[in-house]
Amino acid sequence: MRIFIGAIVALTQGFYTTFQFFFQKKPTIQYPSIKKQHAPRFHGLHELRRYADGKERCIGCELCAIACPANAITVIGAENTPEDRRSPGERYAARYEIDELRCIFCGLCEEACPTDAIVLTPRFEMSDYRRGAFIYAKDRLLVPPEAGVGTSPDERPNGIPSDLGSVAAQKSTVEIATGYSATWRGELLKTERKGLAG
Amino acid sequence: MSLWLFVVIKSALVLFVVVTTFAYAMLAERKVLAWMQLRPGPNRVGPWGLLQPAADAAKMLFKEDLTPSTADPLIYRLAPWISMITAMGVFAVIPFSESSAGLWSIGDVNAGILFVFSLTSLGIYGISLAGWASGSKYPLLGSLRSTAQMISYELAMTLSVVGVLILAGTTSLAGIVHAQNKLWFVVPQFVGFIIYVITAVAETNRAPFDLVEAETELVGGFHTEYSGLRFGLFFIAEYLNMITVACIATLLFFGGWNPLFGLSAVPGIIWFVLKAGFVIFIYIWLRATLPRLRYDRLMAFGWKILLPLATLNLMATAAIVAWKG
Repeated sequence: MRIFIGAIVALTQGFYTTFQFFFQKKPTIQYPSIKKQHAPRFHGLHELRRYADGKERCIGCELCAIACPANAITVIGAENTPEDRRSPGERYAARYEIDELRCIFCGLCEEACPTDAIVLTPRFEMSDYRRGAFIYAKDRLLVPPEAGVGTSPDERPNGIPSDLGSVAAQKSTVEIATGYSATWRGELLKTERKGLAG
Repeated sequence: MSLWLFVVIKSALVLFVVVTTFAYAMLAERKVLAWMQLRPGPNRVGPWGLLQPAADAAKMLFKEDLTPSTADPLIYRLAPWISMITAMGVFAVIPFSESSAGLWSIGDVNAGILFVFSLTSLGIYGISLAGWASGSKYPLLGSLRSTAQMISYELAMTLSVVGVLILAGTTSLAGIVHAQNKLWFVVPQFVGFIIYVITAVAETNRAPFDLVEAETELVGGFHTEYSGLRFGLFFIAEYLNMITVACIATLLFFGGWNPLFGLSAVPGIIWFVLKAGFVIFIYIWLRATLPRLRYDRLMAFGWKILLPLATLNLMATAAIVAWKG
């Protein structure tokens, strides 16, 4: 009899629990339509910054590539010439590629960079249908000259970026994808692709 | 001629209503289950996910229909239809309501409850044959389980219903409902009702008695090898069985279309739908709450508890009815 009563009590408790949950507010964030505000120092897609005069910050020193624990970064430097000065120093990055599939978004490249050229942004929507499209070259990493200088990662007040450079307004995948073209094995890939719009 | 036409029209109407109910029972199950698990449930197709059944149906239709090379092709292809046709055939005798024009059912059979039970028992052939004809291990195990489960729970289920039949003095479903004008049979036959609900869960192979498909141990159970439309047929059959069981519970224990609180202004069909919907909700609630039973416990529960209890209930009912004269 005691077992029987115990079973009834246990059943009632179980059914009451599920019934309670039935009416509770659901914690789900309806992701593509509602986007969660993430942490200020969220490590997402990289960008290469410029100086105020439009020159590239990157001096092609390859420290980021050395610091990278996932070997995701490839930098091939070249000498600046008087006719074509890309960066203030002697050298600049002729090729700068990050394989975002290898990248573990640890931010060590950001820390290693002596000129604050490579910075992790809060952008995270990078999905694509082809592996090749995840190799981000300079055409997609380098911010356009009109994007401004941005804030150095170390100077963000309380870790909150007052200015996120070109990504202050977070772009959707579609915007990112149609704005740039990727290179892979020296070939240009078509960039129009489907993404999560709206 | 006109009688035939009338029956055909009624059948088409009932089929349409029942299939629509199936579609939305499925959506309701997913929604209720989701809410009980603190999820929002399907909400992407149409407002509140209301078009989800249509999207699912389109998906099922366009999927590839595979037959394993080891399968028995004829029986493999036939089995889903057996499940489906028996599940649909039951609705031929279920009265949904009654008006001055007569019963709202396709056919009024005076042995309605027997027809329902024989047809739902036939439905198990679909599952057993599907598992056997798949020519694969997991489906075979699933169909073996379904056969064993069917035998052990069908007995207790039928015995639990006989109590109602004794009280009503008839096997006609409409007659049983008429006998409940004053008092629903859920009150005098409470034990019978509990046994019926438990065995009906086992009968329809739903959680916590879904040993037949037990996805954690048997992949998909009897329908592991099925895909596309044939899988969809099993799916429809499973939900139709659930609706059938809910309708029968309403008719036998909740007074069918008899109004609640004497509100006879509300049409009987609405009462019927509300009561059947309540039973379906209980089924979903069960699935959200209880974990799956171990197989030997399921059998022990059926043979050692439910069957003796149902027999005792039947004997007590018969004794009381005989004593009262």
